[in-house]
Amino acid sequence: MDYTFLIALTTMGGLGLIFAGGLALADRKLRVEENPLIAKVNEALPGANCGGCGKAGCYDFAVNVVEGSAPVNGCPVGGTDTAQAVALIMGVDAGNNIKMIPRIHCRGGNSEAVKKMVNYYGPISCSAMSIVSGGDKMCYYGCLGGGDCVTACPFDAMVMNNDGIPEVIEELCTGCGMCVQACPRDIIEMHPIDRNVFIFCRNHDDPRTSKDVCAVACLGCGICSRKSDGGVEMVDNLGVINYSLLDESKIPFDKCKTGAIAKLRDVSNEEIVN
Amino acid sequence: MELLVIFFGAAVVNNFVLSYFLGICPFIGVSNKISSAFSMGLAATFVMVLTAIVSWLIYNLILVPYDLDFLQYVAFILVIASLVQFVEMFIKKMSRPLYRALGIFLPLITTNCAILGLALFIVLRDYSFVESVVFGVGAGAGFTLAITIMAGIREELDLADVPKAFQGAPITLIVAGILALAFMGFAGMIS
Repeated sequence: MDYTFLIALTTMGGLGLIFAGGLALADRKLRVEENPLIAKVNEALPGANCGGCGKAGCYDFAVNVVEGSAPVNGCPVGGTDTAQAVALIMGVDAGNNIKMIPRIHCRGGNSEAVKKMVNYYGPISCSAMSIVSGGDKMCYYGCLGGGDCVTACPFDAMVMNNDGIPEVIEELCTGCGMCVQACPRDIIEMHPIDRNVFIFCRNHDDPRTSKDVCAVACLGCGICSRKSDGGVEMVDNLGVINYSLLDESKIPFDKCKTGAIAKLRDVSNEEIVN
Repeated sequence: MELLVIFFGAAVVNNFVLSYFLGICPFIGVSNKISSAFSMGLAATFVMVLTAIVSWLIYNLILVPYDLDFLQYVAFILVIASLVQFVEMFIKKMSRPLYRALGIFLPLITTNCAILGLALFIVLRDYSFVESVVFGVGAGAGFTLAITIMAGIREELDLADVPKAFQGAPITLIVAGILALAFMGFAGMIS
């Protein structure tokens, strides 16, 4: 009878046992006590491992919080609830944590932006388009419409609308900021959720050119800046809002020919409806 | 003399990383800082030497007498996995920052082909016990040498103006290729 099978079995089993015994001994000698707070904080986190906090993942963030090198409200995804849960474990005050939401600073969709005379047949991805002569729109500053931000969003909070411009679903958005990094044109910016006035354009061209390339571009006329008492500054043919000085009532929204500066939500209308 | 030839053969002439292309994963993964690269080299060397010792003993004292050399792969993997577990516990105990710097690449030594390759080379070339140990030390020294040189280059590379399409992994692979070319200069000195 052939005993090879039995011999093989016992040999490998025996070796395995010996090594297991050695490792068990080593584990006794070399065990590292881990701070039990780390596991608790880790449990309170969303566990999406999105990296929005700037750490390698939720566990790494928990380690950093316990060691004191990350703030208890450092998780942008969990928002106020998570911040308070973590603060409770750590025994500190969470402070006010205003939710941050990405805003898309371009409204030049397929019907507003002027297309080039050539067609783009490459991969539908903003990073590819921005390398290959900058996509098919004439504007070199605006949204490419390839949807890299939609792909980057781990929470499905970003959708392309019918016009080819991404939109944020605020209920689903956690403020992790992955879309900001994904955009090669840098038109997505994080803002506190209660900000209402934005300049929905990033075009730095001179007035004539920007008028030619897009129907909703900021022309750089500066009419909003002149009336705003420092709330809007003109930088290189583009209005930039200084939110600390901004007074919404001083901005002449109806004077902006292209509607580049606009309110996100028309609060006064809502009040009438209610 | 024979032992010196084996040592330098494994460390420089037939460098595991740069001429056999074994163990590329940590070579690319942990080579962004000299200090952590050197530590990775030392950890790999430690595992290599112990693997050389233990796998030689197991192969020649257990597998060959019982006609079980078809089990060599399984046995070697068992040895390597256990040793890596041990090294991982040891580093976690001794130096927490180092443990974090090495990250996933430390447990990945388990599946590192450089270590398994070492064990299989020892069988293939029919080394004696002392020769195996020297071969293990040489291979480890070669790995440490390669990964430290690579880390040195990459630290300088951080300051260089690399075109966007080449940033990150591509330029690292190109540098690794050029480094391997440089090591081709030793080829044939010791067969």
